[in-house]
Amino acid sequence: MPNTQELQDLVIQVRRDILRMVHKVNSGHPGGSLGCTEFFVALYNEIMDLKDGFDMDGIGEDLFFLSNGHISPVFYSVLARKGYFPIEELNTFRLIDSRLQGHPTTHERLPGVRVASGSLGQGMSVAIGAALAKKLNGDDHLVFSLHGDGELQEGQNWEAIMYAAGNKVDNLIATVDRNGQQIDGGTEDVLPIGDVAEKFKVFGWDVLEIENGNDLEQVIAGLNEAKSRTGKGKPVCIVMKTEMGNGVDFMMHTHAWHGKAPSDEQLATALEQNPETLGDY
Amino acid sequence: MTKYIDQGKQDTRSGYGAGMTELGRTNPNVVSLCADLVGSLKIDTFIKENPERFFQVGIAEANMMGIAAGLTIGGKIPFASTFANFATGRVYDQIRQSIAYSDKNVKICASHSGLTLGEDGATHQILEDIGLMKMLPGMTVINPCDYNQTKSATIAIAEHHGPVYLRFGRPKVANFTPVDQKFEIGKALMLNKGTDVTILATGHLVWQSLLAAESLENQGISAEVINIHTIKPLDDKAILDSVKKTGCVVTAEEHNYLGGLGESVARVLATHHPTPQEFVATQDTFGESGTPEQLMEKYGLNNKAIEEAVLKVLKRK
Repeated sequence: MPNTQELQDLVIQVRRDILRMVHKVNSGHPGGSLGCTEFFVALYNEIMDLKDGFDMDGIGEDLFFLSNGHISPVFYSVLARKGYFPIEELNTFRLIDSRLQGHPTTHERLPGVRVASGSLGQGMSVAIGAALAKKLNGDDHLVFSLHGDGELQEGQNWEAIMYAAGNKVDNLIATVDRNGQQIDGGTEDVLPIGDVAEKFKVFGWDVLEIENGNDLEQVIAGLNEAKSRTGKGKPVCIVMKTEMGNGVDFMMHTHAWHGKAPSDEQLATALEQNPETLGDY
Repeated sequence: MTKYIDQGKQDTRSGYGAGMTELGRTNPNVVSLCADLVGSLKIDTFIKENPERFFQVGIAEANMMGIAAGLTIGGKIPFASTFANFATGRVYDQIRQSIAYSDKNVKICASHSGLTLGEDGATHQILEDIGLMKMLPGMTVINPCDYNQTKSATIAIAEHHGPVYLRFGRPKVANFTPVDQKFEIGKALMLNKGTDVTILATGHLVWQSLLAAESLENQGISAEVINIHTIKPLDDKAILDSVKKTGCVVTAEEHNYLGGLGESVARVLATHHPTPQEFVATQDTFGESGTPEQLMEKYGLNNKAIEEAVLKVLKRK
């Protein structure tokens, strides 16, 4: 298992990957990707029990589903650096004939991706299904999922939240990225979501919060705590507060970088703030 | 004319239920989901015999489709079932992204399709579902004609890897398919050989086409009747072989003429062998309340309508 410094180095390198990927094609979603970098790095390199290689069924290992598929840059970078596919392939992000589609898909057979996402609000249902399959298979591994906070405005989530609690899907850990931002502005201005933790609780989930989702140690501690609460009759929710655009000063504290790529100059500034650690692709 | 015996009227949804009962006993990977319509879908026996393999999702069809997609990850074969209206239009994007685009081995099983749902009226009578489902890349679309065929189709789709839309209905209709007939996806069934006109029918309209062919025979018209139980992939060869012989065609379906079997056949003919065609289908309209028989009469979907369409298309040869 990597030490904290190695994980911190990976966080910086993943941020560079995200910035360079979206800059190259002048499209993509850097804000939410940068906000969830610590989560992805921790999940794939510290928390999940993963087999070598990739098969769709994923029996005998933990699974992850990304519901807010637009933060594909951070997903792709972490998958590539975990060894699911060649790091150089990050060069093909959003280009024609690529396995790295704008939003993650299975259609091009990219290792590490188990369902398409991008049309929001569908990931929790899929994660529940995978968790139920694990129970049927006698597989005691866990299913993790990540959801945007704005995404909770989609009604299907609440069908899924109700189902998971009502049916004791207690091998599921759903994390909500509570960055408070969505395309048109702050979540509480666009359509108030309110107290996410309280909402999950009254639906019957076991809820914990990560106060600073951009603090690697807090993220690891929170995810470990969530793991310890599985298998006890309730699905587990983590409400994780993050800062969109984290690690790049001019991308933080705004929703402006939800789906916008940096210019050449902006990229240079952003990369200066995140000096190369493990080597660019 | 080949004689077909009605073995006793039964609903196609009960054929689905019987198929599920058999799959429950023979295929441990088959799981069943339903959105608060267990009684209507006739899956009580499957649930009784395999309670751990049944998932009641409540009135939440979007969640059902997503859960079904997830269950395939781990090797399960989910049969997600509800009324056709709620199994397609209501959840189109869930099917599109989480199932079809994601190449998930989900069987979408839809009862109460078309007008023959009857008295509940147009809110529940979907006449657009074949179109919605056939437009999705990779989706197989099947509309069996009677109890026996629905049962064998249910069993057959478990062996087919990939998303399938299986469409069936509510009313009791003639059951004439041989009980032991194996269902072959994509293989049209020749029911009656003829020389003057080809009738291509699907679902409940297959029996009506046989009745029409019998009446036409008495008028000296030889109608070839083919059961197109699989609308996608369509059996182009069977259609072309027949039409090249007869020179005209009538398509018959309990569906809008836009997007249904008729349009799929028209595409094949326009591409390979332009041929006069008449459409027995609803004419871009919603349904309404009424008995199944009244509705099929009013909207022109019975043996008489097929007969009239044949007489019309013969004049265009």
